[in-house]
Amino acid sequence: MNSGIVMQAQGLTRYFGSRKVVDQLTMDVPRGSVFAFLGRNGSGKTTTIRMLLGLTEPTRGSSTVLGHDSRHLPPEVIARIGYMSESHSMYEWMTVRQCGAYQARFYPRWNAKVFDSIVGHFHLDLRAKAGDLSRGERAGLSLAMTLAPEPELLILDDPAIGLDPVARRSLLESMIYITRDSDRTIFFSSHLLDDVERVADHIAILDRSVLRVLCSVDSLRSSVRQFTLHYAGPEALPPKLPTLRGLLRVRRSATDLWLTVAAPDDATQRELRLLGAATIEEVPVGLNDAVIGYLGDRGEHGFFLDGIPVPAAARGAA
Amino acid sequence: MPLTISIQTGSTVSIYRQIIEQVCAAALAGRLREDEPLPSVRGLAEQLVINPNTVSRAYGELVREGVIEARPGRGMFVSRRRQIYSAPERARRMEQAVTSLVSEGFLLGFTPEQIIEEVASRTKAHAPSKAIRSNPKGGSR
Repeated sequence: MNSGIVMQAQGLTRYFGSRKVVDQLTMDVPRGSVFAFLGRNGSGKTTTIRMLLGLTEPTRGSSTVLGHDSRHLPPEVIARIGYMSESHSMYEWMTVRQCGAYQARFYPRWNAKVFDSIVGHFHLDLRAKAGDLSRGERAGLSLAMTLAPEPELLILDDPAIGLDPVARRSLLESMIYITRDSDRTIFFSSHLLDDVERVADHIAILDRSVLRVLCSVDSLRSSVRQFTLHYAGPEALPPKLPTLRGLLRVRRSATDLWLTVAAPDDATQRELRLLGAATIEEVPVGLNDAVIGYLGDRGEHGFFLDGIPVPAAARGAA
Repeated sequence: MPLTISIQTGSTVSIYRQIIEQVCAAALAGRLREDEPLPSVRGLAEQLVINPNTVSRAYGELVREGVIEARPGRGMFVSRRRQIYSAPERARRMEQAVTSLVSEGFLLGFTPEQIIEEVASRTKAHAPSKAIRSNPKGGSR
């Protein structure tokens, strides 16, 4: 695999008014990777993508795409990028066939076979008007229009949003198809962690405008751990936890604490033992747990400021 | 019988690990014949709808463990010298089995002594002539 970098952000920051939407984001996207860009709604994913593509000016910082400054991408570089926005904007009055023919005129490398095969994969009628398509069909047409120019960098902003399971699977299959050429890079945002687990090899997590994870999917999985601390009775539970390095998330029941911890080491183990639990058990973590550990409400910051809100269910059980 | 691999997302076992475990299990149980190729990296990735790099890394690990081998121009095949798991893999599997045995025992209300006694009587009954040596040094047939 080529070891180059296709996209690079350096201290990328954007304010909308006084609100900081993206906060000093620095990252490299390796060539040939399938890169998942995760974060809750409003965490700054779309703004980041728009800054990378030069569609939104950063307040501070800079970025490059395919070696060119995002703010001045030459047309021939833009032609090498396939971008699918959340909205799938297209001319509503054109038929599926006309959309393809129209788009083809802008791209010298347009591959009609790719267009037809994706349109076929999504079972689209070539004579149907774009405006009459369902959400999933629109996504299929949009994908066909994005992939037919054979882009070497594919940027998909939440491509699976609103898709039914069949259309979603077609989307994934199309993404796997793209990786036939190992030099191609896919950068996509998503909320669907099962899909991410299937196709992504790199992962970045934005939490409230700040990049908190940037690594391979495997290293995320192996560095996040969960521990169950079991206590003799409700009175034995510490009302408030002391500082614990790397603590991501805490949940509690009447007699248990469940801690999600990033990269625990021997010192963490010692700290855990000081919490006075009768037993401490490490439980295996799936990708979902690891990601939710970073995105959940009771992250490190929220916890220290607010203490641990006891869930209603646990209160009932106590 | 051809090899069927199926994967589950959302599991605590990664897709990479699931592939390795299923190929190992099929090889050990003799469900993979020596003259039968494994699915190609591309083929399996498209069949399971997963990243081909994951399949390729899993196959790489299986080759290192000696479970499968590449025959140039023909694909991946189960190794001629039938291999047992690598030492760390054996340790991991043993730990898994013992953990589940012990917790099940406690759940059913047995004391530690009773559990140990059960295991001891069972191991005596089974007593193999000698323990299986692990990869990469040995391997037995």
